[in-house]
Amino acid sequence: MILRLPLWILGALLLAGIVHLSTVLAMPTAATQDAYSRLAQLTPVNAVVPLPPPSAQDATMPFMDPAFAVAVCRYDLAGGAIKLSAPLSQAYTSVTFYTRNSVAYYAINDRAAGRRAIELDLMTPEQHAQVPEEEDVTAADRLIIESPTSRGLIVLRALAPEPGLMFMARRALAGAQCRIEPLPGQ
Amino acid sequence: MRLFFSAFVALLLAAAVGLAATWLTLTRGVAFGALTIGAWTAWPKSGSVDIDPYARAIIARTGELPVGAGDGVAFYAHTDDSGNPLDGRCTYLVSGITPAARYWTLTLYDSRGRLVANTLDRHGFTSTEIVREATGRFSVNVGPRARAGNWLPSGGVEQFVLVWRLYDTPIGVAQLTTKEGPMPAIARKSCS
Repeated sequence: MILRLPLWILGALLLAGIVHLSTVLAMPTAATQDAYSRLAQLTPVNAVVPLPPPSAQDATMPFMDPAFAVAVCRYDLAGGAIKLSAPLSQAYTSVTFYTRNSVAYYAINDRAAGRRAIELDLMTPEQHAQVPEEEDVTAADRLIIESPTSRGLIVLRALAPEPGLMFMARRALAGAQCRIEPLPGQ
Repeated sequence: MRLFFSAFVALLLAAAVGLAATWLTLTRGVAFGALTIGAWTAWPKSGSVDIDPYARAIIARTGELPVGAGDGVAFYAHTDDSGNPLDGRCTYLVSGITPAARYWTLTLYDSRGRLVANTLDRHGFTSTEIVREATGRFSVNVGPRARAGNWLPSGGVEQFVLVWRLYDTPIGVAQLTTKEGPMPAIARKSCS
């Protein structure tokens, strides 16, 4: 009996560890208030939608940077690849790609884009494999991003260096487009 | 009967301890790969596919979207330099030099990541609008009452969080050290 109690406690602690790890791992799929779920109520699929600026009363997500105008394209690659184009604002523009579970798998800013707009194609690895080889070569300047999940979020951010310039940042994002492009041969 | 009872207690204990551990790690913000400089902490890997399971769970629970690694890095401060929690009823002086980044923003949130209401509608500063001293240093007064110069109102909330975001920073975050990235000091001045 003296030996049994520590054994029970050890077993319980081992089981507690399993409970702990499995709940942590299950959290991203079980969460109902994650960024994608919040945006699913506000945004259509495969279209760029501006988000309301965060205020003390209301914000789409916690810890949003109020100095940025934000627009979101909630994508679903089931119908084909996405063609994204975002004109650059005067100060600083960035585009970040998130999986369905809010993992930021790619981000690019205006300096890396180099031109007057950020333009790229988003597709699943399977769709990328179907892109004809010679097209890949001729369009060498075409940036192709592979999405690890078929659904996810593209978040476009334009900085307003001063509050008075917010309208310009918002206007720049208003020209952004994200649309489904059927793959060649489909 | 005794065996059944022991097993039941052990299972109950396991569930309670396991769930408590999960709750604690997720609410306290435990994640691996934290980069702490002074009062500031960043989780650079949270903005990439190398994000650890704890950070993933935290983000899923709070609903925030981390700053992507190719975009910038966000530093969070929950305390001042001496380790006391940031209190909205106290006045702080945040001072430092301009970091190696194209733009940066300093923003004040309550402990749940919401902006704090104030009459000025000011929630932070960008590197462009902040008023600098002749030497290039900047200082921001964070407190409930209006101050001359850069005043960031804390609205008297019980606890607040400062977030310093560096955008398009050429410093590889991996080798960002105290020497390369001197972070702003957070000094408590007075409490009302």
